[in-house]
Amino acid sequence: MHDSSTAAVHGEAQSEPHGHNPALLHHFAEPQQQRDAASLGMWIFLATEVMFFGGLFCAYLIYRLKYFGDFGAASKTLALNLGATNTAVLICSSLTVVLAIYGAQRAKRALMLGSLVLTIILGFAFLGIKTVEYKEKFEKHHVPGASFQFENVPIPGHPDQYANARHAQIFFSLYFVMTGLHALHMIIGIGFFVWLLIAAWKGRFTPDYYTPLEMGGLYWHFVDIVWIYLFPLLYLIDRHP
Amino acid sequence: MATANNPQPERTNYLNASYGPWSWLTTTDHKRIALLYLLSITFFFFIGGFFALLIRLELLTPQGDLVQADTYNKLFTMHGMVMVFFFLIPVVPAVLGNFLIPIMIGAKDLAFPRINLLSWYLYVVGGILILHCMLTGGVDTGWTFYTPFSTAYTNTKIIEAGLAAFVAGFSSIFTGLNFIVTIHRMRAPGMTWSRMPLFVWAHYATSIIQILGTPVVAITIVLVAAERLFHLGIFDPKLGGDPLLFQHLFWFYSHPAVYIMILPSMGVISELIACFSRKRIFGYNFVALSSIAIAVLGFLVWAHHMFVAGISVYAALIFSFLTYFVGVPSAIKVFNWTATLYKGSIRYDAPMLYAFGFLGLFTIGGLTGLFLACLGINVHVTDTYFVVAHFHYIMVGGVLMGYLGGMHFWWPKISGRMYPEGWARLSALIIFIGFNLTFFPQFILGYVGMPRRYYQYPPEFQVLNVLSTAGSTVLGIGYLLPMLYFLWSMRYGKPAPDNPWNAAGLEWKTTSPPPTFNFDEEPVVTWEAYNYEEIDTEHKEEVPVAR
Repeated sequence: MHDSSTAAVHGEAQSEPHGHNPALLHHFAEPQQQRDAASLGMWIFLATEVMFFGGLFCAYLIYRLKYFGDFGAASKTLALNLGATNTAVLICSSLTVVLAIYGAQRAKRALMLGSLVLTIILGFAFLGIKTVEYKEKFEKHHVPGASFQFENVPIPGHPDQYANARHAQIFFSLYFVMTGLHALHMIIGIGFFVWLLIAAWKGRFTPDYYTPLEMGGLYWHFVDIVWIYLFPLLYLIDRHP
Repeated sequence: MATANNPQPERTNYLNASYGPWSWLTTTDHKRIALLYLLSITFFFFIGGFFALLIRLELLTPQGDLVQADTYNKLFTMHGMVMVFFFLIPVVPAVLGNFLIPIMIGAKDLAFPRINLLSWYLYVVGGILILHCMLTGGVDTGWTFYTPFSTAYTNTKIIEAGLAAFVAGFSSIFTGLNFIVTIHRMRAPGMTWSRMPLFVWAHYATSIIQILGTPVVAITIVLVAAERLFHLGIFDPKLGGDPLLFQHLFWFYSHPAVYIMILPSMGVISELIACFSRKRIFGYNFVALSSIAIAVLGFLVWAHHMFVAGISVYAALIFSFLTYFVGVPSAIKVFNWTATLYKGSIRYDAPMLYAFGFLGLFTIGGLTGLFLACLGINVHVTDTYFVVAHFHYIMVGGVLMGYLGGMHFWWPKISGRMYPEGWARLSALIIFIGFNLTFFPQFILGYVGMPRRYYQYPPEFQVLNVLSTAGSTVLGIGYLLPMLYFLWSMRYGKPAPDNPWNAAGLEWKTTSPPPTFNFDEEPVVTWEAYNYEEIDTEHKEEVPVAR
C-alpha cells in the first residue's frame, strides 16, 4: 500500500495511482480507513437528519399537548389501513436492503441485484399508497388553507364536544410537512438505490468493497425508522378498541 | 523534508500544479477550495460592510434623511443576513480550517474532498440567491425572521432569503461533517488527540455545533416557508399557532451559531499566543476541553434571547443561570492565554497584535454578555444598542481579530509570500482603534435607552452616534488595508521560507506553499504540541526570522 501512497504524494498520477485497488481513493492509506471514514460520515449525516426531523417532532409534541382532543379527532380521520400497509411495505424494504448487502458480501450477484430491484419497487409502492392517501385528504378538504373544513367532528371520548377546526388544521399542517419531508427522503433514497443498482449491475461491488451499498442501507433504514415514529404519532394516537 | 530557506520558484506546489479556471472550479484539493472560499467570502464581507456603512451614515443625524424607515429595515436585515450566514459562520472554518486542518494532522486531504467542493458550490448557490433577493427588493424582518411578521404580514422576499440561508446551512453542515470525520480518521501516525493543535480542537467543537444545530434552523426555515405559502398556522397565533415556538427553534440554532463563529477564532488565538510567546500553551487540556464545553453548554442557553418574549419566569431563571455557566469555559481560555504570556519571550509581530486585539475585544464582549445574562439588566437593555455593541464585540471584534491574525500568520504558507509587516501592524492598530470608536459608544447609547433597529433617534443621542459613524469609517479603512497588501504581496512580497515564524506544528514542516498532497513523505509525529522550548534550544541561532 505504501508504493501507491508515495506515487500519490508526488502528484504525478491522476491516472490509476492504485493499480491493485481502483476503489481506494488517493488520500486514504488503506481500504479499512476509507471504509471507516465513509461509515462515520454517514452516521454523522444521520445525526444531522435526526435533528432536522427533531424540530418537527418538537413542534408536534407541543401542539399535541396543547390541543390534545383536537389532535385525537384529526388523527382518527387518517386512513389506518393504508398507513399500516405502508408500514409493512417499508419494513419489507428494509429486509431487501439487508439482503442486497448480504448478496454483495457473499458474491451472490442475482440476490444482490434482485434485492435492489425489489427495494426500489417497494419504495415506489410506498409513494403510490401515500399519493392515494393525499388524494383522499384533498377530497375531504383536510388540506390546510382556504378550503380547509373540519366541522362537527366530535372529540374522541367527549361526544358532546366538537374539535376546533383551527387546531385540527395544525395537526394536518404537521401531518403534511412531516409525511411530505419523509416522502422527499424516500424519493432521494430511491434515486440513491437506482444509482446503486446501476453500479452493482456494472460489477463495482465485491465482497471486499461494497461501502456504497452499506451507506445506502444506513440511509434507507434511517428513513424507515422515521416512518416507524411517524406512524403511531399520526395514525394511532386515538384508536381505542 | 525540504529545508531550503529560499524556495525554488519552479518547485511544484498546489498553486502551480495546474492552471486555468476549470482546474480551480473542479478541484478537490482542500487548499484550493479554501482559496475559492476566501474569494467568495471576502466578496460577501464587503457587501455586508457596505450595508453597515449605509446604516452608520443614516444614523449620523437624528432625522431620517439618507433613507426612510422601509429602506432602513431592509438595510439592517440584509447586513445581518449577509454577515451572519455568508461571512461569520463560514469564514474561519471554510478558509483557514479547510486549508490547515488536513495539514495540521498530517493528512493528504479532508476525508471527503468532493463533498468539500460541493460545500463551496452550495455556498455559492446560497450566495447567488441572497444577491438576487437583495437586488429584487430584499427582506425587512431583521435577520431573525420573527413570526408572525415574517409569515403573515411582511410582503418582502422571505422565502427566497430563507432558501438562501437553508442552502448555505447545508454548506456549513457538510463542512462540519467533513472536519469531524477527518479529525477522527485521517490523523498521521503519532498524531494523538492530545498532540493535536488547539486550532483543530476548536474546529472539532465547532463542527459538532454545525452538524447538530444547523438542521434545526433548516427545518424552521422550511416551516416558515410552508406557513407563508400555505397559511398553515403553526406559528400564527391567529390560527392557534405559537410564535414563541418559532423563537425557541430559531435560537436553538442561532445562539450556538455564535459559538460556530467564535470557537474557530479562539483556536487561531491559541496558535498565535503559543508561537509568539515561545511557550507551550498553559493548560493544554483545559483549553482543548473548554472548546467542547462551550459547544455543549452553548446548546443550553438559547432562551436568554427571549427573556422579554413571555417565557415563564422559572425557565428564564434557569436559562439565566446556564448563561452565566458559559462564562466559565470562556474564562478558562482567556486566563490560560494570559498565563501562557506570563514569562514568555513575547514578540510583537502583526499576528500577535491581532491576538492582543482579540483578547481585549473578546473580554469586553464576553463580560457584557454576563451583564446580559442577568435577568434584571437584560430586561432594561433588551433591544437596545447595548445588545448590538455586545454581540459586535464578540462577532466582529473577536471573530475578525482572530481571522485576520490567522490570515497574517498563515499567509506565508498559503501564498508562499511574506506580507509587508509595517502595514500589517498599522492595520491591526487602525482596526483596534476604529472598532472601539465604533462600538464602545453604542454600549453607552444602549444603556441610556436608544433602541436598536430605528432609523431616527432623539437629538441628545447624536454625539455618540457621530463618534460611532466616524469609527466605522476608520474600521472600514482598517479592513480594506489587509486586502490591498495581501493582493500586493502575492506579486511583490518577499518569498516566504517554509517556517518564517519558527513555529511548531506540521503545517510549518512542509513547503510554502505546500505540494498538492501536503507532504513529500507521510509525516510521523513524535513530539508534543507546542514544543517551543525544544525548538528554541535546537535552533538558538536561527530564531531571528524574516521580516
